[in-house]
Amino acid sequence: MSTGYQIIVCGSIVPDPLQTLEPVVGPGGPALKNEMMLPAVLDPWAGHALYEAAHLAKNTPGSKVWLVSLGPKAKLQQVMMTVAQKVPFELVALDGPAGGFTDSCEVAAALAEAIQAVPTLDRSRLLVFGGWESASRGAGATLQMVGERLGILDQFQGVDRLTVGNDGWLTILERIEGGKHQVSTCAGPPAVLGWATGHLPEPPNNPQVGMANMRTIMPSLQRAKAVRVGAEGVTFARVSLPSQRRETRVVKDRSADEIAREIVAWMRQ
Amino acid sequence: METILFLGHTESDGSLPASALEALGAARTLAGATNGSTLVVGLVGGDVRAAADGIAGCGAARFLGVSGQDFRQSRYASDAAAVEALCKAAAATLVIAPGTSRWNRVLPGVARTLRPWIILLDPGCHGPWQGERGAAKLEAVAVDLSEGSMRTTVTGVQAPPADQQTIRPDAEVLFVAGAGWTKTQADGKTHASEAAELILGFLRKSQASLGGSKSLVDLKGEGQAVLPFMTHLNQVGQTGSTPRHPKGLSTCCHGEEPHVVGWRFVNERRAVNLDPNCGWARGKADVLYVADAFEVMRKVNALLGEK
Repeated sequence: MSTGYQIIVCGSIVPDPLQTLEPVVGPGGPALKNEMMLPAVLDPWAGHALYEAAHLAKNTPGSKVWLVSLGPKAKLQQVMMTVAQKVPFELVALDGPAGGFTDSCEVAAALAEAIQAVPTLDRSRLLVFGGWESASRGAGATLQMVGERLGILDQFQGVDRLTVGNDGWLTILERIEGGKHQVSTCAGPPAVLGWATGHLPEPPNNPQVGMANMRTIMPSLQRAKAVRVGAEGVTFARVSLPSQRRETRVVKDRSADEIAREIVAWMRQ
Repeated sequence: METILFLGHTESDGSLPASALEALGAARTLAGATNGSTLVVGLVGGDVRAAADGIAGCGAARFLGVSGQDFRQSRYASDAAAVEALCKAAAATLVIAPGTSRWNRVLPGVARTLRPWIILLDPGCHGPWQGERGAAKLEAVAVDLSEGSMRTTVTGVQAPPADQQTIRPDAEVLFVAGAGWTKTQADGKTHASEAAELILGFLRKSQASLGGSKSLVDLKGEGQAVLPFMTHLNQVGQTGSTPRHPKGLSTCCHGEEPHVVGWRFVNERRAVNLDPNCGWARGKADVLYVADAFEVMRKVNALLGEK
């Protein structure tokens, strides 16, 4: 009998967070200006999920990690050159848009279909991971729909820690309001976990892991199925950056005393 | 003709959270602006009677409730079943609910199965409904939970002791500490313990909520001894939280775009930084004080300590 977990991480790419993004409206709807030219990274939330998955797999013999990723194939390939060096996984690539202007429902359908097509999928060992939000679109709705499509009723969002007991039960910490965590126990897989930051730092690059991963990544990219996802039935009325431009008063050459008095007076207004 | 379902869940004491009253206010506004629409209230919780009575005067045509021990817990499977039953009982075409962690977890999944329009409203987006208590005519909606719905049990809540809790969503002021607090200072040394003392002293005296930049909270994950009370829960920005406070004071933080994105609901903003060309100076703060935050916060704490 097989043991260990089958951990499927859903995660894609986003423009590097240090880039200034400018929304534009084109013939196909809203998009980001020069989107294909922007440097991309693995979505930070998905990254946390991937590192947590690898950590769990490493500590649970017989486990395996897949990364199911929907994005433009060329961009995926670029990002995978870096991500592949972090932790061991097998890539399942889907060629399609990765931007913030797609409908969660359509994305979830594509991801669920890809997950169901994974050979040897065993629901009794299945953990579906992903970010609880996305740096391109913080709707936080996709994973729940993936879970529903897979018929998984045990779902957790904003997860910061997962521990496995000797009896196989899972203990999960989820973020709730006011800087607190809700603690739940679950009777093992299948389950969906949308990760917040987790508790692990980003792993250092490991060229050996990178070489092993690339043996499956390149074929996966080559056979990546083209997927049509958009936002059928949805019309985006307006897309704009929050207006944050202020007339900043820069105060120099004032003593700490004067500044402190001004700050306290402002706080007490 | 729309049937607008306001969907709320009770807290552990049976009351509705403040964000639920805001969502109810929004649902009422929308119902009032939509000809021929009907407002229905749907509540989930251990016992929803008190919550229903608390909003009896909101003008809803019906009050529906799913109650019982199984629905006291914030658990995906039982919540999904309860919400689905309420949506069907109300014949809802539009659902408005507060964007709480409980509803954020479950409503997208329900949207996939039922497909009404569901709007989760972030706290602070709408004024709360205010009105008289009364005796609501509460209709109980029965939900049969399958065995598979009970595999998860909520066992409790973990929180720092009240006097060590640095995240205060209702605080007047957000205080953000950046990585500069842990960097080498003018004397060529780091002063992390003094930084911690100054920051905690300020939080104690001002009752402000503490936020951090990603670069600061990441230092902890990298194994560096920094500010022990600063965790990822404090992180504000693109990959952190987007808190809502009337005022925000940033210290030792460069005001990079991914961080400042998290300030979009902070109305009045001031910053203290030694760099006059930092991000805050470029239209992101109302006032930038070019000064040493250690010195300034020492003085601020002294002033706050005065009666």
